[in-house]
Amino acid sequence: MANMNMIQALNSAMDIMLGKDPSVVLMGEDIGYFGGVFRATEGLQRKYGEHRVLDTPIAEGGIIATAIGMSVNGLRPVAEIQFADYIYPGFDQIVSELARIRYRSAGDFHAPVTIRTPCGGGIRGGQTHSQSPEGIFTHVSGLKVVMPSNPYDAKGLLITSIEDDDPVVFFEPKRLYNGPFDGDPNKPAVPWSAHPKGQVDGGYYKVPLGKAEIVRQGSQVTLITYGTMVHVVTAAAAALKIDAEIIDLRSLVPLDVDTIVSSVKKTGRCVVAHEATRFSGFGAEILSIIQEECFWHLEAPIQRVTGWDTPYPHAFEWEYFPGQPRVMAALKTVMESA
Amino acid sequence: MWMKKEPRLHLPKVPARPGEEPDFSYVSVSAAGAVARPEIQTRARDMMSLSVDMVRVLDDQGEAQGPWNPHLDPADLQVGLRHMLLTRIYDDRMQRTQRAGKISFYMRSLGEEAVSVAACMALKPGDMLFPSYRNQGLHICRGLPLVEMMCQLLSNTHDMCKGRQLPVMYHSRAGNLFSISGNLATQFPQAVGWAMAAAIKGEDHLAASWLGEGSSAEADFHQALLFASVYQAPAILNVVNNQWAISTFQGYAGGEQRSFAGRGPGYGMPGIRVDGNDFLAVYAVTQWAAERARTGHGPTLIELVTYRAAAHSTSDDPARYRAKDDAQHWPLGDPIERLKRHLIKLGQWSEARHEKLVQELESLVAASWKEATGYGTMNEGPRLNADLMFEDVFKEIPEHLKRQQAQMRAEKGAKHG
Repeated sequence: MANMNMIQALNSAMDIMLGKDPSVVLMGEDIGYFGGVFRATEGLQRKYGEHRVLDTPIAEGGIIATAIGMSVNGLRPVAEIQFADYIYPGFDQIVSELARIRYRSAGDFHAPVTIRTPCGGGIRGGQTHSQSPEGIFTHVSGLKVVMPSNPYDAKGLLITSIEDDDPVVFFEPKRLYNGPFDGDPNKPAVPWSAHPKGQVDGGYYKVPLGKAEIVRQGSQVTLITYGTMVHVVTAAAAALKIDAEIIDLRSLVPLDVDTIVSSVKKTGRCVVAHEATRFSGFGAEILSIIQEECFWHLEAPIQRVTGWDTPYPHAFEWEYFPGQPRVMAALKTVMESA
Repeated sequence: MWMKKEPRLHLPKVPARPGEEPDFSYVSVSAAGAVARPEIQTRARDMMSLSVDMVRVLDDQGEAQGPWNPHLDPADLQVGLRHMLLTRIYDDRMQRTQRAGKISFYMRSLGEEAVSVAACMALKPGDMLFPSYRNQGLHICRGLPLVEMMCQLLSNTHDMCKGRQLPVMYHSRAGNLFSISGNLATQFPQAVGWAMAAAIKGEDHLAASWLGEGSSAEADFHQALLFASVYQAPAILNVVNNQWAISTFQGYAGGEQRSFAGRGPGYGMPGIRVDGNDFLAVYAVTQWAAERARTGHGPTLIELVTYRAAAHSTSDDPARYRAKDDAQHWPLGDPIERLKRHLIKLGQWSEARHEKLVQELESLVAASWKEATGYGTMNEGPRLNADLMFEDVFKEIPEHLKRQQAQMRAEKGAKHG
């Protein structure tokens, strides 16, 4: 085991897969010689060569489309989109093509492409470097959608995603790259070395898609979340001294329904949290599933904690971000309801 | 199997990396005055060489040469010099305020000042400009007060964007400067649409837009050229080839095989390659393209060959990917130095006047900063009301956002109460 931050863990996953499987190639803007604007691919072009770690033109549509073509010709591309906010020029290729190639060709072709992309706010990125668009992609049939909350999972999930024969959109909460973040920007930054999940196996291992992790066992309420919000809800529940069961979904598609349902049946109360906007957000899907599966076990209406339904504003980052006060308010509401 | 053979994918060459000598031998440069100036009604196919050669007016001695000399009044040249100097001094000062933690982010246009200032001066106030994030010379040239620009950087109570945009994403409705996007190339086809509307409405105004050569890889660039050509829109489309898109060398945008100007003829419009550090040349080609647009001869693609002398942004460190001190070896020199030398040659400027102007502009920038910070900074002084976050998502605030606004207020109250 070694201390790794999330960047190092992702780098290690790609390093291992480039070494293990000659069909794996990395591609993206600034990822080769430079090593990526967040340094996720640092050193990999030097180690594996310019034909395995490709610098590309600044064209997200082109990156995703050529990744599809490469994958159809036997490669296993891992494409980086520099910020999730920049993914939209590739949207048609993802939605109409990548997600459906297996389906429309009745399995004769498939496109094992992994799209890695940093998401989320908290870095003063304004409306074009802060978005959490995962819900747009979970709405598309044929895509797997993943978002880790820590270095250990990030590495294992990325290896699994690269080896998966279906396309995976892999969201990386960039506020977590260097350390866990509990939502309070005024507290000093905490490094991953101080967190158990910053202990990462240096070798090959997998974390399965479709398997949530129960971060904390509890009896009073179930907190369901993923990404940065795992750390925020954990801190909020601790501050209120509530015995919460905290579920980190890790993969949104496929979704670990069993873990959600058995927890909510046990606690009878539930708060769903994500950083993304609320309206038609992924949280709405979780709420529907709980309504369908756990209705007779619920003791209070389910609460949702989300970003507001506005673009992510530069000046009001912390009024926008669903920090601990918003989580606490929801927890209080769900605990007080009869 | 393919894996057993040597890979044969071509990878564009980058001339010089850290630790190597700067190498600009790949830049083909024409002599000042050497390129003919076609009549504006010339068809694109009959002036293909404009996309290969390089229009230059100022020679190494500071003399204006050849048919593209716009013969500007010395007073206009002095105005151009002032705008370029102000842009540079503003950039320098704002970079330092970012380093001091007063603003979150900044992007300089060091070495590219002529690209914006000369073009802006060659256009009319009614022409609509669709800038990229490195065109602050346009805003300065159009007379946007520095205080207004600084308040945007500060996201403070006088911010034109009401705190919603990253620094440098200015706009000015009155100045006909469109809102800058943080996403790349999106403004290019929008400018073409604006120009199409001007033509539909029978107006004489044109639209001009700018993007970096790196952004020209985006589909939006190609769609802009196609629509502009199909409808012969009165648009001037500028590719600022500053050689680098963060760490991506222009060869990765297609510059290795052909000039960016060469894409113009491919879409059926003239493409002109111009020395982007030559104030007179940039002015002249913009004026030529504007005359074409206004007289119904359609769009023009201009490639401004220049160099990004500074980092991409305050988040970037070019020492990681390009040769040290490379800007000093750039064969087209510095736009401010070149215009200054020309004015001195004309007997219309002097080192003493230059030094005095620098001091005057530094004072102006310092005084503007003092005023701007009085309207609040990121950490001190008055702050915008967070309620503003919910405005302008739609024309009127819908019910669900009103509820979220109330929730946000309660949250803030609880936090401070």
